[in-house]
Amino acid sequence: MFDKLLKIDRRIIFIFVALALIVPMFLTITQHISVSPEVQIIYDTLKGLQPGSKVLMAFDYDPPSAPELQPMAVAILKYCFKNNLKVYIIGLWPQGPMQANMAIDNVISDPTFKDNPPIYDKDYVNLGFMSGNELVIQGMGSSFLHTFPRDYLGKPTHQLEMMKGVNNFSNIDFIVNLSAGYPGTVEWVLFAVDRFHAKLAAGNTAVQAPQVYPYVHAGQLSGLAGGLKGAAELEKLVGFYGKGTKFMLSQSFAHMIVIVFIIVGNAAYFITRKK
Amino acid sequence: MRREIPLIITAIVGFTYIIQFFVPHWPFNILEGLLTSWMLIIFAFAIWLGALNLLKVSLDKISKRSRDWPYAIITIAGFLMIAIPGFLFSGGRRFQDPGTAFDYIYQNVYSPLSSTMFAMLAFYVASASYRAFRARTKEATLLLLAAFFVMLGRVPIGDVLSSFLPEGYRMSQMADWIMNYPQTAGQRAIMIGIALGIVSTSLRLILGIERSHLGGE
Amino acid sequence: METGFTFTNTLAAILTIGIISFLWRDNPLYKVCEALFVGVSAGYWFVSLWYQNLLPQLFDNLGISQLFSSGSAEDGALQVLFKQGRFDDRLFYLVAGLLGLMMLMRLIPNLGWISRWPLGFIIGTTSGLYFTTYFQSNAMAQLKSTVLPFTTVGNIVMVVGTICGLVYFYFSKEHKGALGGAAKIGTWFLMITFGASFGYTVMSRMSLLIGRFDFLFSTWLGLVK
Repeated sequence: MFDKLLKIDRRIIFIFVALALIVPMFLTITQHISVSPEVQIIYDTLKGLQPGSKVLMAFDYDPPSAPELQPMAVAILKYCFKNNLKVYIIGLWPQGPMQANMAIDNVISDPTFKDNPPIYDKDYVNLGFMSGNELVIQGMGSSFLHTFPRDYLGKPTHQLEMMKGVNNFSNIDFIVNLSAGYPGTVEWVLFAVDRFHAKLAAGNTAVQAPQVYPYVHAGQLSGLAGGLKGAAELEKLVGFYGKGTKFMLSQSFAHMIVIVFIIVGNAAYFITRKK
Repeated sequence: MRREIPLIITAIVGFTYIIQFFVPHWPFNILEGLLTSWMLIIFAFAIWLGALNLLKVSLDKISKRSRDWPYAIITIAGFLMIAIPGFLFSGGRRFQDPGTAFDYIYQNVYSPLSSTMFAMLAFYVASASYRAFRARTKEATLLLLAAFFVMLGRVPIGDVLSSFLPEGYRMSQMADWIMNYPQTAGQRAIMIGIALGIVSTSLRLILGIERSHLGGE
Repeated sequence: METGFTFTNTLAAILTIGIISFLWRDNPLYKVCEALFVGVSAGYWFVSLWYQNLLPQLFDNLGISQLFSSGSAEDGALQVLFKQGRFDDRLFYLVAGLLGLMMLMRLIPNLGWISRWPLGFIIGTTSGLYFTTYFQSNAMAQLKSTVLPFTTVGNIVMVVGTICGLVYFYFSKEHKGALGGAAKIGTWFLMITFGASFGYTVMSRMSLLIGRFDFLFSTWLGLVK
């Protein structure tokens, strides 16, 4: 029997995985979400910003990572707009600024912002994407205007109201980097933080998050939200519940099924080996 | 000529950046700014090269009727499907505005394809967990235990299952501890090792000792 | 994004299912979707780079896009040179454009070697930048924050783990005696690190799949509210 268990068709495993993710979508079980210290630091830093402070958001991800990072983007944007923080959007990934637009659409559709929707060039600007990876950050350290001559809409950047008095990182109060890989958080730490002394927090895909923990410990990163759980924690802290919280049940079931697979796989292996 | 000039360019540019780090004043700051702005443009051309090369390879495949050549037609069709609307029917510089043809293809073709491609890995991770992760040795057992605590500690169900434990010892808190101490220590060792490797490789490249990237004559 | 059984959502759903069909086995529908993905991705980058990089950074600055009246009304370097008779330092962008074109020479078999010049430029830039920044941020800063007082278990774990992990990567001497013992402890820490990374990888991959199922069952079919 255990021999058969070890040789089980992979497609049966796939079915179990699919069921573990789909079934919880139809359930409504409220879960308590504990907040990790790294996410708490992000919120505390945001809370410490005065109204009118400038927050640079770097959208360094594409649609595949959106399930993890888009809820973080939406939560942070909602917090910023609610608290009158000025948001500057850029992307080191070409898809980033488009994801940012989708996140802003999400904010606008929220009833909380019905009477006071975020306005372009008053509450936020989208400077678009620029190729060059870490060189873009390096360039921004000297001049935002030279690095991003035009915004996402093709308008010369120096004509934007919000860009008046914004030359480089010294004019930015806080940077939030949402990253799915290279270029991303590592490059922002290396260049924006350690070279230009910017204050940076990061939202990472769970795959990348463990690699940047040393930066949190060394004080180079002011907070880290990792994966969908990080998104759910941010949503809880800022008080806007979204997809991060919604998907936590499916995430719980998914982890459980993988743990069950590991236990069953090991049990079958050791029992058959004894025989 | 074919190898020497690129090596000289590498050395001049590399040293400029290194000197600028220590002496961020005239003329190095100006020079560094200039080189950086050039790089943004060269990078764009480098990515264009990749896209154009894909077209070239696909066309070669079609002309030679290589294996699976009909799919190369689809690749080219996909390229044109987004490039033509992007250049001609999406309002020029405002090509990414919501509602443009480019945005439509991004949202409804590019986005589902790319998202699903990466999402598929979930199935294979689960399958690998079942078939490959065995606690055969002490080290493998440590790996499995760390994975166990982190997986349970990073979802709410972990705290539910460990609610009988005193505050501070629940799954989420154990996962926090693992991530912040032993995991960070291991990552840091890897990080320092890689950094030293990058430093030595960079120096070899700038000095022209390492020149394999230039290929043969 | 609109929800429901619309043409647009159905198109996205077919493409999603097309990719997922690979789970059963390799099939023509998957191959079509895969080829389409590769082509659309390349096309996406191609268009994005033109409008967001090459046009504003190169052609606007030089004043070439102004010649075709598709750029801004502001003068580029060429207009400044010919209208005002003044040298504008944006003319240096010509060098970048030239290096960029040399990069494209890679596509022509007999002229491929020319692309080594811009390649040398890219290698020089990244090497020069990485040489200092990686040493500063990933070596020195990390070593500095590893020097901790042995006041908590966490601190002891951090110091011992980092040092032993580094010893494991030291291959210039055989791992015997004290060095071997330290390397062994280093292996344990690395295993915990890989285990934690595996746990996070599971989390990440499952989240992405949840995103796709959410599209299928919520956005497309409307079964989940």
